[in-house]
Amino acid sequence: MEMIVASAIGVLTASGIYLILRLRAFPVILGMAMLSYAVNVFLFATGRLAVNAPPILKKYADLAYSDPLPQALVLTAIVISFGMTAVLVMIALGAYLEADNDKIDMTEDAPENASEQKGRGA
Amino acid sequence: MNHWIIAPVVLPALLAPIIAYVMRHDIVLARWASTAGTVALAAIALGLAVLASDGATHVYYLGNWTAPFGIVLVLDQLSAIMVLLTSVLALIVLWHAMATGWDNRGRHFHALFQFQLMGVCGAFLTGDAFNLFVFFEVLLIASYGLMIHGGGKVRLKAGLQYVVMNLAGSTLFLFALGTLYAATGTLNLADLAEKVRLLPIEDAALLRVAAVLLLMVFAIKAALFPVQFWLPGTYANAPAPVAALFAIMTKVGAYAIIRFYTLVFGPDVVATQGLAGSWLVPGAIITLAVGAFGVLAARRLMPMLSFAVVGSMGTLMLAVAAFTPEAIATAIYYLVHSTFAAAALFLLADLVVSRRRDDALHHQPPVVQNGMFAALFFVTAIAMTGMPPLSGFLGKLLVLDAVQGMSWMTAAWSAILIGSLITIVGFARGGSVLFWKATSLVVAEDGSSDMVTPKAQEAAPATVLQFAPVALSLVLLGFLAALAGPLMGYFDSAAAQLFDVEHYVSAVLGGNGEVLK
Repeated sequence: MEMIVASAIGVLTASGIYLILRLRAFPVILGMAMLSYAVNVFLFATGRLAVNAPPILKKYADLAYSDPLPQALVLTAIVISFGMTAVLVMIALGAYLEADNDKIDMTEDAPENASEQKGRGA
Repeated sequence: MNHWIIAPVVLPALLAPIIAYVMRHDIVLARWASTAGTVALAAIALGLAVLASDGATHVYYLGNWTAPFGIVLVLDQLSAIMVLLTSVLALIVLWHAMATGWDNRGRHFHALFQFQLMGVCGAFLTGDAFNLFVFFEVLLIASYGLMIHGGGKVRLKAGLQYVVMNLAGSTLFLFALGTLYAATGTLNLADLAEKVRLLPIEDAALLRVAAVLLLMVFAIKAALFPVQFWLPGTYANAPAPVAALFAIMTKVGAYAIIRFYTLVFGPDVVATQGLAGSWLVPGAIITLAVGAFGVLAARRLMPMLSFAVVGSMGTLMLAVAAFTPEAIATAIYYLVHSTFAAAALFLLADLVVSRRRDDALHHQPPVVQNGMFAALFFVTAIAMTGMPPLSGFLGKLLVLDAVQGMSWMTAAWSAILIGSLITIVGFARGGSVLFWKATSLVVAEDGSSDMVTPKAQEAAPATVLQFAPVALSLVLLGFLAALAGPLMGYFDSAAAQLFDVEHYVSAVLGGNGEVLK
């Protein structure tokens, strides 16, 4: 099981980083989602992997139990990454509609755009 | 248990949704609410600073859960200083945003502003590593909205980069926290400090990985080389008041580094001894160099100021990297100084740039009130580059003194002194192109009407209300220089408190009896 979880985290992280490096908005969003899945599984594993164990300490029996804290952390992390992905999609959409392309980098003709933008903003 | 400790988090958190939902169509009402909230925040922060000055570590147990199990907020002198700094900066920035009408160029400025304050204050007050992550996310998600406030093609693109960069940073933060939890089984800072010191040295590999990952995360926030590249693009394209507010954001990273690497991975921890310093010193020196050359090479005013911020982070981190109480006290002084200096520069630049065609550093006809702007720019540049008589000079002098005797003293001194020289040249170039050559241009080209843009003619002169925030930050810098002695006394005791780990741990973990009553 350790092997499966570890390789799952590894593959998710690798594909996430690869997608982020594509520098187009849509792959980057997918890549961020992949990375957040990877980190969620990783957080689960930090409480040690246990199967069929009760979620908390049992008062009447001295059983091994699975650590509940990482599960609470994962829940928080899922909520936050969900909200962040929504924000990212909105901003990417806004940038796409403004610029008519979905490139993340700002290399081409940045100075001209900058002055035009400043003129409009001021 | 003093309930005022949580007020800097609760007040903006309650105010922001009210502004967003109730006052969304009424900018006047939103302005009043936001101002009242920020003034109240400043008053609370001042009270907390007075409260913390007794040297005790004040702990707030959320929901009255005992320490390693529940979340705690911890108020010590450093967090009190940081919260006070945040609230005063917020007042200045808010004033500028309202006086120039920036807050009305997009929607929800005030709500996002309050959420931003909540996140920043929370990050300074929390005593729990995962809670720190949550507050980081709160301040980031508000900063995403503020960053693209007002819209525009380039700003949205720069905002997208900023969001992606910080989302990657957040993921890294979670990986670091996971590793830390796997190694120690706790995320409460005081409990971590205790567990880390008890960990046998053979099991410390995982801990060292966590320490380096965390350092990387905070370095992204503090814009340290090699992860400083997001800052110039973001600050240069953000609305100027937001860029001024972001002056505190890099300091959140610096604060987190100071907190973690004195409390949890302090100099006395065998497993991670010298780890942070050995990475921070080269990083800080290169950051300083990048900042200095960036100032010299910038073709626009806003990127020039952004690179000046990068350079000041390098200087700050050199002081932090020494990890001695004296150096940390110096770092706090320089931190306060560079926050106000950066804010003053961005606010002033906004006043100037909004009266010019753009912020490109080439010859343009002078703007209205050219002399006034030039004088203010001169004073602000003196503060930023670290010339006497303002606090930048004292700050740099203190930093030079603090790193004296370190093995890397020569490198640090050369970096700071040469970096300052290059920054001064860069600012002199920027100032002379913007203000000085502009006047000669008009005398020479008086007849040709195409050089005189209609904008320069039409632009209204800045009112006293618009100058006031810049002047206020300069006055604060003056006070920082004039009252350096007493202030350094407070910063010294804050730094001494930081290194007194046992006191912190016993205050957080041992204070349960009196709380439960």
